Amino acid sequence: MRPEAIAAMQPFLADVYANPSGSHRFAREARRAIDESRDAVAAVVGCKPGEVVFNGGGTEGDNTAIFGAVRGIQAGGGAAMAVCSAAEHHAVLHCVEHLAAHGTGLVVGTKGDGCVDALELADVLRRLSSEGTVPVVSVMAVNNEVGSITPIDEVAGIVRSTAPEAILHTDAVQAACWLDLAPITACVDILSLSSHKFGGPKGCGILFQRTGVDIEPLIFGGGQERDRRSGTHNVAGIVATAAALVATAEERANQTERIAALRDELVAGLVAIGGVRVTIPVQGSVPGIVHLCIEGIENEALLFLLDEAGLCASAASACASGAMEPSHVLAAMGVPRDLARGALRLSLGHTTRHSDVTSAIGIIGAAVDRLRAHTRS
Amino acid sequence: MKVLVAMSGGVDSSVAAALMQRGGHHVVGVTMRLWGGESDTGCCSVSDVDDARRVAQQLDIDHLVFNFSDDFHDKVVDPYVHAHATGVTPNPCIECNRSLKFSRLTERADALGFDAVVTGHHARLVRNAKGEMRVHRGGDAAKDQSYVVHMLAGRELERTLFPVGQMTKAQVRALAAEMGLRTAAKPDSQDVCFIPTTGGRETFLGKRIAFHPGRVVDTEGHDVGRVDAVELVTIGQRRGIGLYKTEAKRFVVDVDTASRTVIVGTEAELQRSGLALHSMVWAGGAPESGRFRVQCSAHGASLPCAVEVIDGARVQVTLDQPHRRIAPGQSAVLYDESDAYVVAGGLVSAASAWPASVGATA
Repeated sequence: MRPEAIAAMQPFLADVYANPSGSHRFAREARRAIDESRDAVAAVVGCKPGEVVFNGGGTEGDNTAIFGAVRGIQAGGGAAMAVCSAAEHHAVLHCVEHLAAHGTGLVVGTKGDGCVDALELADVLRRLSSEGTVPVVSVMAVNNEVGSITPIDEVAGIVRSTAPEAILHTDAVQAACWLDLAPITACVDILSLSSHKFGGPKGCGILFQRTGVDIEPLIFGGGQERDRRSGTHNVAGIVATAAALVATAEERANQTERIAALRDELVAGLVAIGGVRVTIPVQGSVPGIVHLCIEGIENEALLFLLDEAGLCASAASACASGAMEPSHVLAAMGVPRDLARGALRLSLGHTTRHSDVTSAIGIIGAAVDRLRAHTRS
Repeated sequence: MKVLVAMSGGVDSSVAAALMQRGGHHVVGVTMRLWGGESDTGCCSVSDVDDARRVAQQLDIDHLVFNFSDDFHDKVVDPYVHAHATGVTPNPCIECNRSLKFSRLTERADALGFDAVVTGHHARLVRNAKGEMRVHRGGDAAKDQSYVVHMLAGRELERTLFPVGQMTKAQVRALAAEMGLRTAAKPDSQDVCFIPTTGGRETFLGKRIAFHPGRVVDTEGHDVGRVDAVELVTIGQRRGIGLYKTEAKRFVVDVDTASRTVIVGTEAELQRSGLALHSMVWAGGAPESGRFRVQCSAHGASLPCAVEVIDGARVQVTLDQPHRRIAPGQSAVLYDESDAYVVAGGLVSAASAWPASVGATA
């Protein structure tokens, strides 16, 4: 966690432990912290404070957007189809696939650059909109696995012209560190963020919900967050989330430039190993994610050697057992399964130093050489 | 030594890991995720992986999960399914040991710099006077698993360890309890991991291959019944063979999936003394003819026999006493005459089919 976030949450774990919904002095102090946090978050996200909902993370935000929009429409009746792209995070994709199993969801293809297929999206929305209604379209701003940046303004243009009734949601979880959020917020109706992706605590998140956009809440109860998300406020988490987001936004321009340079050096060093394919060209991706497919390598084996050498990396999402699953993102992009077995994802952040990049290149090079030497012919 | 322990989440591999750690080795635990489809047998389930991970945490060793489900499907499940369509009945647990545990995992361990792969099998590895390692029967006769690990040969014999092999199951459980391992009282797994308990083999195969009704004839060719699926009929089977009238004990003595015919006969007509084996793996590398004992099921008795090598991969076995015919595809393992250690193993050929070698010829 960012030190600013750790410091910000401390008082609310110890001294100011009150429930902000209470009416005594300590409650008011907690309430004030939440209100101030909401103002600070709104300034970074580029919205009104009343449009900020504090929740339990990106997955909750994504679920709220999809199911909330669908339930809002179904109350009015008519055939409704929720739409998302094939490379979405599971927090969106599994919602839409769940709906699809009941005939009320549809997944649109992704192109080799990791972005939604704009032509297919337009065709699908035009057709669905004429046959019934599209309650929600969800397209992520930055892909969590490969780092590709989707031009949300172009997606919004398509959605507004082909399915004007649709609520446009974007999962901006991976965007917060690297992109100015305000221009993204400006062209969507709902946007979800996850605190731990910008140095805040895990289990905390932010949902931007535009005024006038009506969705059903996912969680009912005490009516917190203007009835949009019930449940006692996680005061320390909210305060830390705001502190982390503010610090991230302040440093964003400098960090993006610094880390882009490190990323370029890392990519160059890894490509020099040979048989390494960069999944998304650097100009189309955020600087914090380097995704590669290494030929002739099984990433499960590679990750063990990297971990042993002190380099923590990942390859794809894991299932409940902890086993890595073949990446649905790479499959959607048309990367052959054999090549996808050699997928490696490295992330860089505000703590990454030049020496980390140099040692990562050395460790990965040595591990790849070792595994290739042992590969069955 | 740096060793990779295959941890299934059961008590044997838990104790195997603990014993290696007690021996001062650098131990890493791994659970293989093999079956990616639906199952209710518990094997490969999240709760088994949880058990393996919790035992590893308790021992303070690293625990990994390797996803080998593609290989498992290609090398175990798919061949199992398609063999049934041709009337062959493989033992998937043996094919899993052959293709996954003692090849895929061993190769991975090798590439990652491990000196050995450790499992919780009840078998012993003993070096003979010539300095060669052999798989011996486990210390617990009732739990002996040398049959299912018989394919270990050559270099793999030198790179495998069975730390609980000399122990009885009771000793393994007692030790697990003494060490406070959460798997101490966990029941043994019994079933084929990918076949659901509900619906079983019939439902599983039915989703993957077409079933064909077939004639049931006696050994003289008279129609005596009908079956709904010849693919589900196994040699030696007595029940559910669709006889028109209940006769005295009738057994399936042969299945011909090509002509969709099931041949039934008396127990005497099921007896064979000849057994042709193919795909032989020899512990010492070189095939040898001579006197051995042959075992044709995981917990069956071994039978004295003479073995004649046809070529390296094929042998003809002649049993001293006739025995019920073994279904093609089953594994047959040759032990030395004293029944102590594995000499070779192979698969029962369809070639020893009725009527070419019909009758008891002892």
